[in-house]
Amino acid sequence: MAPIGTLHYLVVAAALFILGVIGVLTRRNVVIVLMSIELILNAVNLNLVAFSRLWGLHGQVFAIFVITDAAAEAAVGLGILIAFFRNKETVNVDEVDLLKW
Amino acid sequence: MQPVATTFFFYFLSGLTLLSGVFVIIRKNPVHSALALIFGLLAQAGLYLMLYAPFVAGVQIILYAGGIMVLFLFVIMLVNIERSQREEQFNKQWVVGLLAAVALGALFVVVYVKGKALFPYRIAQPIESSNTQQIGVMLYGQYMFAFEIASLLLLVAIIGAVVMAKKRI
Amino acid sequence: MLNYITSYLSSNTTPGQAGNVFWATVYILVVFGGISVAVMAMNWLERKALAHFQIRLGPMRVGPHGLLQPIADAIKLMTKEDIIPAEADKFVFWIAPLIILCASFAVYIVVPFGPTHAITDLNIGILFMLGVSSLSVLGVVMAGWASNSHYPLIGALRSSAQMVSYEVAMGMAVVSAVLMTSLHGLGPYGVGVGTSGTGTLSMIGIVQAQQEQHVWFLFKFFPLGFIAFGIFAIAMVAETNRAPFDLPEAESELTAGFHTEYSGLRWSLFMLGEYAAMIAVSSIAVTLWLGGWYRPFPNTLTGDTWDLVFSLFPALTFLTLAAIAFVGVRRMPKHPYFRVQTIGLAGFGAVLGLIGLILFAPPVRDRIQDIFWFVAKVAGFMYLYIWYRATFPRYRFDQLMKVGWKVLLPIGIGVLILTAILGVVL
Repeated sequence: MAPIGTLHYLVVAAALFILGVIGVLTRRNVVIVLMSIELILNAVNLNLVAFSRLWGLHGQVFAIFVITDAAAEAAVGLGILIAFFRNKETVNVDEVDLLKW
Repeated sequence: MQPVATTFFFYFLSGLTLLSGVFVIIRKNPVHSALALIFGLLAQAGLYLMLYAPFVAGVQIILYAGGIMVLFLFVIMLVNIERSQREEQFNKQWVVGLLAAVALGALFVVVYVKGKALFPYRIAQPIESSNTQQIGVMLYGQYMFAFEIASLLLLVAIIGAVVMAKKRI
Repeated sequence: MLNYITSYLSSNTTPGQAGNVFWATVYILVVFGGISVAVMAMNWLERKALAHFQIRLGPMRVGPHGLLQPIADAIKLMTKEDIIPAEADKFVFWIAPLIILCASFAVYIVVPFGPTHAITDLNIGILFMLGVSSLSVLGVVMAGWASNSHYPLIGALRSSAQMVSYEVAMGMAVVSAVLMTSLHGLGPYGVGVGTSGTGTLSMIGIVQAQQEQHVWFLFKFFPLGFIAFGIFAIAMVAETNRAPFDLPEAESELTAGFHTEYSGLRWSLFMLGEYAAMIAVSSIAVTLWLGGWYRPFPNTLTGDTWDLVFSLFPALTFLTLAAIAFVGVRRMPKHPYFRVQTIGLAGFGAVLGLIGLILFAPPVRDRIQDIFWFVAKVAGFMYLYIWYRATFPRYRFDQLMKVGWKVLLPIGIGVLILTAILGVVL
């Protein structure tokens, strides 16, 4: 087997990204959509850290910032979900249509 | 520090990550999805350790697996999901979504095949014993501004989450 | 083969750094076995000590002075019927105790029993320990959720909220201790030119920084190290859900909280995880503030004679325990029914005395020093845990959260800022 190089990690990150995109586009449950977004962010992080092994520590610092922002976004997103659930009693994405004409 | 059994650990950890990713988007029960995501995040921390990034691995375990997923589990428990488990799980437009994702995957494959020369196989091993110190120097030196903005962002997120989740403002 | 063993034993790296899978596995098995034995001993000690605090005797029947009680408990729990509540989520119900157990045991990878006696010495040692021990919150939440009944759910929510809150206070205390590793200067207030300059997160590095600065971080910048240690000591008791912060699992409050619906072997896994977590956070406290594996007064009482005196302590400890066992043998009632117990206790005392005599031999004596002092300090903390449980009344939940957020966290931040200021100024 070939020694594990950067390309292997990039392929894994791409596969994770595709899985996250499928989750966001096809699931109905808001919580699972948010978890798929976390998958996408993780794939990006893996990409960054894989490249930082080649080109210096900047990738790792950026990955730390991405994790911090993912935490903030998850908190706010779940807050919105709780507020919405209190009004409409459902977690179906299709029912979030109050602003539709 | 000599790496041990790199190939085995890489395939094992990345297989675990991808498998848990599949379970996240497949399972009906959100608690099962959250559990699968936790295992995926821990496996990814192992991948970071293999990439000579111990600090990012530690941050991933503490923040992602130990913080964000606890938040998710709390919200799943607060939101009563019993009824939603008996409904349809996938969208009406799941075919189009799948096609779009497959197209994106094809794009990735094209990019990686064409640009293979840009990702060299032979890689210098970075020093692992002073990783935290070097990241600290960079974080408080070069990226100080971004660091302060990130802390401000967290403050805004805390206030926003508290305000939105309160019963009466 | 013997060459391999002796050549490894005289090396000066941990197995993780040497990349040596065989020795890493041996260390892992030794640590795993040691922790399991320590948990059983802790179980016995808790029942006996709690009983003596309450002026009664505790288990006396099962073995001599109840020494076989933990084994009897283990057999009982293993042979109980495995009840899973109806409508409970079977997979999550099964995996919750395993998560707590794995999180509590994975922490021991970086615990330093000596300068090379750790399974590995990660660069991010203390960060890893804090992070992995915070994974047990997930197990608690899932245990409460999967039980499908209200008492466990409320208990799990309360317990996880408490654990998450006190993790923040623990983090502040840990950061101020890590800050102290990067200082020059010797002694409690850092006068003179010391040798260390860069801080480190690795556990072995933190203990070595204490050695290079000739002071335990408990006494560094007195009273700041002391206050940081106090914050950590309080937060670690709350983190492991022990008295006086054990509202989520106290019997009179919530009928055992998140592990109400667990019975038999699953419940014993929870207890195993809880005791292992207690020992883990105590070893963090010992490493960060109490000088890790160094004997008391390594710099004021120097010289070969003092080294010899302190190196006799392990053997003397075991001989003292053997003497206590023999005193117990003499006080046993002289009745034929007690013959087996008397012989058992005498045998136990003989085994302890034998270990003590073995520890007098110079080659064993030199090697066992680090491990002994570390384990002795952690054992002191275990006794403190039991003492707290016997003495303090329970905190109400809102008082608990108030203490965590409004008292410990501001004091922790204040200690951190003052430590940083003193570190720059002095």
